[in-house]
Amino acid sequence: MSVAHTSTAAPVSVERPSTVYFFGTCLVDMFYPDAGLAGMELLKREGLRVVFPQGQTCCGQPARNCGFFEEARAVIRAQFAAFPEPWPIVVPSGSCAGMMRVHYPQLFADQPDRAQAEAFAARVYELSWFLVHVLDLKLEDKGEPVTVTWHGSCHSMREMGVTDEPKRLLRSLSNVTLVENPRERECCGFGGTFSVRQPEVSAAMVADKIASVEATGASEMVTGDCGCMMNISGAMEKSGSRVRNRHLAEFLLERSDVR
Amino acid sequence: MSAESKASGGDGHMGHVTVTNFAGRAHVALNDKPLRANFRRAMDGLMTKRAAQFPDAADLARLRARGAAIKERALARLPELLEQLETRCTANGIKVHWAETTGDANRIVLDIFRSHGVRTVVKGKSMVSEEMHLNAFLGEHGIEAVESDLGEYIIQLAGEMPSHIVMPCIHKNKGQIGQLFSEHIEGQRYTEDVDELTAAARRVMRAKFAEADAGISGVNFAVAETGTLVLIENEGNGRMSTTLPPLHVAVMGIEKLVETLDDIPPLLALLPRSATGQPITTYVNMITSPRKPGEKDGPQEVHLVLLDNGRTRVYADLELRETLRCIRCGACMNHCPVYARVGGHTYDAVYPGPIGKILTPQIAGLDVAEDLPHASSLCNACVEVCPVKIPIADILVRLRREAVRPSASQAVKGGGHGWTLSEASAWAGWKILNAHPALYRMGTGVLATLGNLIPSSLPPLKAWTGVRAKPKFARKTLHQLARDKGFDDA
Repeated sequence: MSVAHTSTAAPVSVERPSTVYFFGTCLVDMFYPDAGLAGMELLKREGLRVVFPQGQTCCGQPARNCGFFEEARAVIRAQFAAFPEPWPIVVPSGSCAGMMRVHYPQLFADQPDRAQAEAFAARVYELSWFLVHVLDLKLEDKGEPVTVTWHGSCHSMREMGVTDEPKRLLRSLSNVTLVENPRERECCGFGGTFSVRQPEVSAAMVADKIASVEATGASEMVTGDCGCMMNISGAMEKSGSRVRNRHLAEFLLERSDVR
Repeated sequence: MSAESKASGGDGHMGHVTVTNFAGRAHVALNDKPLRANFRRAMDGLMTKRAAQFPDAADLARLRARGAAIKERALARLPELLEQLETRCTANGIKVHWAETTGDANRIVLDIFRSHGVRTVVKGKSMVSEEMHLNAFLGEHGIEAVESDLGEYIIQLAGEMPSHIVMPCIHKNKGQIGQLFSEHIEGQRYTEDVDELTAAARRVMRAKFAEADAGISGVNFAVAETGTLVLIENEGNGRMSTTLPPLHVAVMGIEKLVETLDDIPPLLALLPRSATGQPITTYVNMITSPRKPGEKDGPQEVHLVLLDNGRTRVYADLELRETLRCIRCGACMNHCPVYARVGGHTYDAVYPGPIGKILTPQIAGLDVAEDLPHASSLCNACVEVCPVKIPIADILVRLRREAVRPSASQAVKGGGHGWTLSEASAWAGWKILNAHPALYRMGTGVLATLGNLIPSSLPPLKAWTGVRAKPKFARKTLHQLARDKGFDDA
């Protein structure tokens, strides 16, 4: 069986695999490894064999977005080599997943390894989507009552077709109250190099994002993308906000861990 | 629009000199509280109204696919359709003129007016005439052109450019407009009463309509099959401008063509709903000929000026060509988080917002507007709402590429203008590190140990830490943690 996974790419399989690859992303690797580890633990807890290739590096998005396609392709080819088996590739970031799923086929359209790029792209899943549609994850809440709000990343929504999946997981936790942010769909202003090329516009965007998060009254903002999180939590820290930020995987694992 | 005709720019980012100077203008706009409030309120309202017009996502998806297909089909046959349009229009009695540059177009219009002794002109709203800076040109030659669209009239009084392609004076509030009217309209007191302000403009307009020797309009769609010019508007000023004076001159970009009349209803179902959240505009004008014998109204002469102004170059590249699908609804700017904060004038161009960010560098050149494709977080909000599915974000990235590594075809004027040794070296280093996993692991391992010692004063970090805390490297990378926890490598 297959369903339309994204608005921009072909449908993908929702068959339950026995083994999955985990692509951690370079930001998670260096700054938020606990979020990555939590994603892997969640998958492992559901009985999957989780393979983390030590040869993985970066999805190539930063160079691609700046127009340095040859450099991006060289790095992407290293990912092809690191993920040789036909297993699904689960990614704890809608942005990196969108790069792999939507833009790899574009970048390799006129390249000799085009077929490889297309096959690779078809195996890429955003973590929350995978948890909901492939694993049908059920969670038992063991945490204290808490009020949270969700920040959906632009690329998870608009490239990976992730809409309600993360919020469905949050709502399934009995002690978690999810308050919607009316400006949830608005960009936080990260945009990779945009944040340093247009720092003032980016700063205005993140300030508005923080105001909208704080207006929800939630004590914690949960997100599925560490790029947004680095931007929002960094600005929150600087402005003295008391709202806590966490990646969805870490939040879900902590509240439902059976240790 | 040429580099010379623009205001002098300041230094762009990373040492490039860009005429548009987006960052510098954004700085001013971001600190203008009334301006930001005006835009935020207006864009929020427009987004809400549009959403209400498209309650069914599947219907919208079908309609957008149809809109995109209509424009794509027309563009695929553009050269022959343009010839067909000329043949049909000529047969209908509309005189067709071709202009390669805005200078050519201005001279054509001036020649027509001179041969008819025209002194006063009323103008319907037209973005192509803005591209031509037609009002200023006519003024220099002793012809007064008065904007008859209320928003355009207001910015004409203020001596400004449109800040939005559909709502040109959206940056102004009623107090600012009341002030302008009290200064420029004889006998008009200061008021914030919208009805009174509208009535004042109407009084001025009625007199102008009565005395005008000619009318100018834009064109929303031209139908090749029938030679019909479709013009939509809300105020009736477009109809007045095109029927009351004895002479009507329409100006349009060559991409505004569709094949058949049947293509019009789906596009009309998309354009006003995407633009202003209206089910349809108050007026839909379909102009096919001058006044015929026995008819009681309409101009005695109708002219159509077809403007290229760089569009042929855009057309030549199959990826960039998608830019030309645009039906000028403005939904991309209404939904753009950057536009909502800095407003239209920050783009220093006729077309602001996301569509402007891809159109301006292609028409004016990357040497003029290299910074515009980078003034985007690539959030895709514009792509999501575009009624003809222009892949704006992909075209932004393509233009960023042309700026650093121009295509062999030199698809965009000023390609290569954004290349710097420092950035190219940074990406070369990034490639070496990330294409060699062992190097990457070593490098990230070092950063885990020592990365937090990097000073915040380093240029990219400095821009980041202005409003944010410095990112903290974790003590162990995920690569190390995965190995420690026994996750398989293969």
